[in-house]
Amino acid sequence: MSDTTTSTTERAPSVYVPSAEALATVLAPGARPARPSALGASLTFGWRAMLKIKHVPEQLFDVTAFPIIMVLMFTYLFGGALAGSPREYLQFFLPGIMVTSVVMITMYTGVGLNTDIEKGIFDRFRTLPVWRPSALVGMIFGDVLRYILAALVILGLGLVLGFRPAGGVVGVAAGIGLLVVFSFAFSWVWTFFGLILRSEKSVMGVSMMVLFPLTFLSNVFVEPSTMPGWLQAFVKVNPVTQLVAAIRGAMGGESDPSATMWLLVWSAGFVLVFGTLTMYRYNRR
Amino acid sequence: MSRRTTGLAIEAEGLTRSFGDTRALAGIDLRVPAGTVYGLLGPNGAGKTTAVRVLATLLRPDGGSARVFGHDVVTEADRVRSRVSLTGQYASVDEDLTGTENLVLLGRLLGLRKPAARERAAALLAAFGLTEASDRQVKKYSGGMRRRIDIAASILNTPDLLFLDEPTTGLDPRSRNQVWEIVRAVVSHGTTVLLTTQYLDEADQLAGRIAVVDHGRVIAEGTPGELKSSVGSGTVHLRLRDPAQRPEAERVLREALDVPVQLAADPAALTARVGEAGTDLDASAQAARVLSDLARAGIVVDNFSLGQPSLDEVFLALTDHPAVPADERDDQLEAAR
Repeated sequence: MSDTTTSTTERAPSVYVPSAEALATVLAPGARPARPSALGASLTFGWRAMLKIKHVPEQLFDVTAFPIIMVLMFTYLFGGALAGSPREYLQFFLPGIMVTSVVMITMYTGVGLNTDIEKGIFDRFRTLPVWRPSALVGMIFGDVLRYILAALVILGLGLVLGFRPAGGVVGVAAGIGLLVVFSFAFSWVWTFFGLILRSEKSVMGVSMMVLFPLTFLSNVFVEPSTMPGWLQAFVKVNPVTQLVAAIRGAMGGESDPSATMWLLVWSAGFVLVFGTLTMYRYNRR
Repeated sequence: MSRRTTGLAIEAEGLTRSFGDTRALAGIDLRVPAGTVYGLLGPNGAGKTTAVRVLATLLRPDGGSARVFGHDVVTEADRVRSRVSLTGQYASVDEDLTGTENLVLLGRLLGLRKPAARERAAALLAAFGLTEASDRQVKKYSGGMRRRIDIAASILNTPDLLFLDEPTTGLDPRSRNQVWEIVRAVVSHGTTVLLTTQYLDEADQLAGRIAVVDHGRVIAEGTPGELKSSVGSGTVHLRLRDPAQRPEAERVLREALDVPVQLAADPAALTARVGEAGTDLDASAQAARVLSDLARAGIVVDNFSLGQPSLDEVFLALTDHPAVPADERDDQLEAAR
């Protein structure tokens, strides 16, 4: 098999003959540069994520087409029944579906990490003398850009369909900011599963099992007051509920300090617990 | 030249590591002198890759200790990482990225500023004959080009110790020679190379010393010359026209050479060692004698060859068991093609 690839990619006139002189020029040991800072290394890994998007733009499908389908589907499915009209429902529903879509997209962090490790590239990263979490932090930096893109796609579509946030530009930006903070923190759950599970498929399976209840059993689609008591209890402690409440508040022009505080507490908790677990696994593979 | 190192690059004592019930390392001892190529020779599953992963700080040993340039691989992993580099068996560059992007990425991670990283990447690509392919994604490279970009990535910061895990497995002979030339150049500039291989001739070509590894242990260690003389410097392989004559041929060989003769799985084939230490004739003279004795006995030989002992024969001699079961060996040959 390698013979055929050789003949097609390495054309006969350019057969490589290693030359001792040419190799000598790159082998002379120079002074070693100082190692990059933690942030510098993370940003460099983030640049890698950008390059991957440049070379494989299809991977943006799930942050563009998927959110559009979610918004259209639920707005017109539930709008008339729940709020009298789709347009009316959208004022309540848009922040919620934005959260649902972006939180669901976070699972690709785990899937991507699992694939990278299968391929072996992380062996090289793990032998580099850089700040240990930087490869993972950089990877999530890249994913954060995908989250922002998904949020903007949803916002754009919402505005076209008649979403009119009372909070104005500042409120909307603050809402998206909170969403990004939470998604960054929540991604660490998936880096952990990406490291401990064997295959891409099992990462997907676990993600779905966690994400469906987390996003649907919340205040995204309807007000929790209509639900049975035991369900309300779960919905109330669900971090997605806090996140949606905080973003609805920000975009609606009436900030919700209690929900915002809880959302930040949850975010810190995710980074602390799952960031630590992730790094523990990452160092001990 | 200021970083050229003397003494021992690697010192490992009693390294053990298990994966579930499988004991991958059963107490490996290694002493690798700095500035040399050291070969870990053994079949698939012998523990070579696990040993390399422990020494490169990717895996923690269960027991024993290892130091790289005096730094413990567990407690001083960061110090070790700043001096070593690994080219694994699998892709250690990003297939989705181009050759240039991969090297710039690593250059930046090693602390070079962007212009310096670009310059270094271009120089390395030129030296490795990859300038033309520099803007192509690595997944579109041929096997030989892949190996070269892997090694280029590994010497980006001219490491003091370079691990090469089966660098030529699966390569065609031309690409294999290119890799050998590169390894020679790397070591001539003061970098120590730890190389794992399944091929005796590769270890023979490159390594100053070889450790033969089997079932997670070093079963023999020495220079290639020492190892080969312990096995005999050569082997004659014979294939007879008439399998019925094999017992007779075996007798003739034993009388001519005074060594044990091995009967191969093929009913018409047999092999024997020649050039054993202590005999007065060299390998080719002994082979000539075998041929004339056989002709005199009226045995027709269809196929005759005189070669270096294969890894299998070294193994057989050292352990009394073949390196790999025959069916697995076929798979490896298949993979090597």
